[in-house]
Amino acid sequence: MLDAILSYEFLQNAFASGLIIGVIAPLLGVFIVVRRLSLIADALSHVTLAGIAGSLYLSQSVGALALLNPLYLGIASSVMGSMLIERLRSVYKHYEELAIPIILSAGIGFGAIFISLAEGFSSDLFGYLFGTVSAVSRQDLFIVAGIAVIVLAFIRIFFKELFVLSFDDEYARASGLPAKWIHFLFMIVTALVIAGSMRIVGILLVSSLMTIPVATAMRVAKSFKQTIWLSILFGEISVLTGLVTAFYFDLAPGGTIVVTSIAILLVILAYRKISLSKKRGAAA
Amino acid sequence: MAAPLINIKEVSYEYEQTKALDHISMAVEEGDFLAILGPNGSGKSTLLKIMLGLIRPSEGSVELFGVDSRQFKHREWIGYVSQKSNSFNSAFPATVQEVVAGGLAKKAGLFHKLPKNTAQQVEEALNAVGMKSFKNRSISELSGGQQQRVFIARALVAKPKVLILDEPTVGIDVQNVQAFYDMLAALNRERNITLVLVTHDVDTVTDRISHVACLNQTIHFHGFKDQLHMMSDEEREAWYGHSVRKIHHTEGSHTHA
Ligand SMILES: Nc1ncnc2c1ncn2[C@@H]1O[C@H](COP(=O)(O)OP(=O)(O)OP(=O)(O)O)[C@@H](O)[C@H]1O
Ligand SMILES: [Mg+2]
Repeated sequence: MLDAILSYEFLQNAFASGLIIGVIAPLLGVFIVVRRLSLIADALSHVTLAGIAGSLYLSQSVGALALLNPLYLGIASSVMGSMLIERLRSVYKHYEELAIPIILSAGIGFGAIFISLAEGFSSDLFGYLFGTVSAVSRQDLFIVAGIAVIVLAFIRIFFKELFVLSFDDEYARASGLPAKWIHFLFMIVTALVIAGSMRIVGILLVSSLMTIPVATAMRVAKSFKQTIWLSILFGEISVLTGLVTAFYFDLAPGGTIVVTSIAILLVILAYRKISLSKKRGAAA
Repeated sequence: MAAPLINIKEVSYEYEQTKALDHISMAVEEGDFLAILGPNGSGKSTLLKIMLGLIRPSEGSVELFGVDSRQFKHREWIGYVSQKSNSFNSAFPATVQEVVAGGLAKKAGLFHKLPKNTAQQVEEALNAVGMKSFKNRSISELSGGQQQRVFIARALVAKPKVLILDEPTVGIDVQNVQAFYDMLAALNRERNITLVLVTHDVDTVTDRISHVACLNQTIHFHGFKDQLHMMSDEEREAWYGHSVRKIHHTEGSHTHA
C-alpha cells in the first residue's frame, strides 16, 4: 500500500485529503450533533449537489468554464444554502425545522434539473455522490487543506464561545457573548466542511462522517474534550480503513468509510453493553 | 448617590398576542436582595429577560450600572440562572467542571483563552454550592436539583456584582431550599452581591430578603419588605387576583391565608 501511495499522485491526493477530512468533519460534527443540527448538514450537502451539478453542466455548455473546478460552485451554493436556512429559520420561528426540508428539496430539485440537462457526466457525478479514490486532483487537495485551515482556526479562536453556545444558547446570549455572529460564522464553516468533505465521502454520505463518529464517541467519552478527541480518532480510523478497502476492491470510498464508521459504532455499543452487564453482575 | 445597578424606566413589553409588562419603573440598588413575587404569567420572567438584554422592551428603557443597556459592555458583572433551564441541552456530553468554566467565557473575552487558574475558580464556585465532589461527573447524569446548583456555580464563577435568578429552587428538596437561600443571603452579606430573585417560596425567603416587588403586568408594590404590610387587602387582591399568603412578620409568626 505504502509504495502505491508513494508512486501514484492520485493516491497521495486522496489519502492526504482523507486524513484532513477525517479530522475536520468529526471535529465540527461534535458541535453539529450537540446542537441538534445534524439534519442541516444533510440539507446543505444536497444544496452542494445542486452547485456541483450546475457547475458540471456549465462546464459542458459554456466553453470558458470548461476547466472550472466544480468544488468552487459547490462551496458557493453550500454557503448560500446555509444563509438561506438561517433566514427561513427566523421566518418560521415556531417551526424552525421546516427550513431543512425546504432547502433540502430545493437542492435536490436543482440538482436533478442540471443532471438531466447535461448528459454524459455520469461517472464524474458518481464520484461526487459517493466519493472517489482516483479522481482527487492536487487542486482538490489544496482546497480541502485551505478549508481545514479555516475550520481549525475558527474552532481554536472561538472554542469557549462555541462550547457555551452549544450547551445553552440563552445563557450565551444573557452573558453577552456575540452568539448571533458566532452562529453565523459556524454555519458558514459548516458549509465549507461539507463541500470540502464531499470529494472523498460523497455528497450523500458527508453528513454521516460528521455524525456517526460523534455518536460513537458520545457513548464512551466522559467530557466534552474527550468527545472531540474520540470523534476525531473514530473518524480517522473510518477514513483510512475505508480508503484502503475502496482502493483494493475498487469500491466507492464513501460507502466503505461510512460502513466502517458504523462497524465501530456497533463495536462500541456492544462493548458498553457487555461492560455494563458485567458491572451489574458484580454488584449482584 | 451612585446610580442604581438596574434602572427600569417606564418599560412595557408585548409578545405577539399578550401584553406582559405595562409601564414598569423600578430600580435595584447596590446591596439589595430583591424578591419579585407574582402569580404565574404575571411577567416575572419577562422582566428578568429585559434586565438581561435577552429581549428589548417595546417601550421604555433600561439602564445597567448607569449605562443604557444597549451600550452596556460588562455583561459578566451580571450572573444569570434561568427558570429550570429548558434551554440547556440535557444530554450534553460535558463534565460539571467544563460547564462551570463556561461561566468565565465572557469575562475572559473574545480571542482570549480561559485564565490559567480556571480550575481553581471553578472549584471555589462549586464549593459555594456544595457540589465540589461532583466536578468530574457528567452534567447529564445529575439530578435536576444538582444540575440547578451547577448552573448557580456557573453564574457565580465570574464573580458577578449582580445575580439574577428565575425560580432557582424548582426541583430542589425542602431542606436544600433552606440551605440554598442561606447561601444566597451569605453571598449578599459577605460579598455584597446584589440579588434579584423570582420565586414562589414566599415563606422561606422573607427572612433573608431586603426588598419585595409585587408584579402583575404592573408593579403593585416595590419597597422594603417590612413595608409590605401597608398594602391593603384591595391592593393585594388587585395584584394576585385572589387572597394571598401574607408575609409572616406582619402578624408575628407564619400566617396563612
Ligand atoms: N415566548 C412567549 N411568547 C408569547 N407569549 C409569552 C411568551 N413568554 C411568555 N408569554 C406570555 O407573557 C406573559 C408573562 O409571562 P412570563 O413568563 O413573564 O410570566 P412569569 O411571571 O414568569 O410566570 P411563571 O410564574 O409561570 O414563570 C404570560 O401571559 C405568557 O403567556
Ligand atoms: Mg417565569
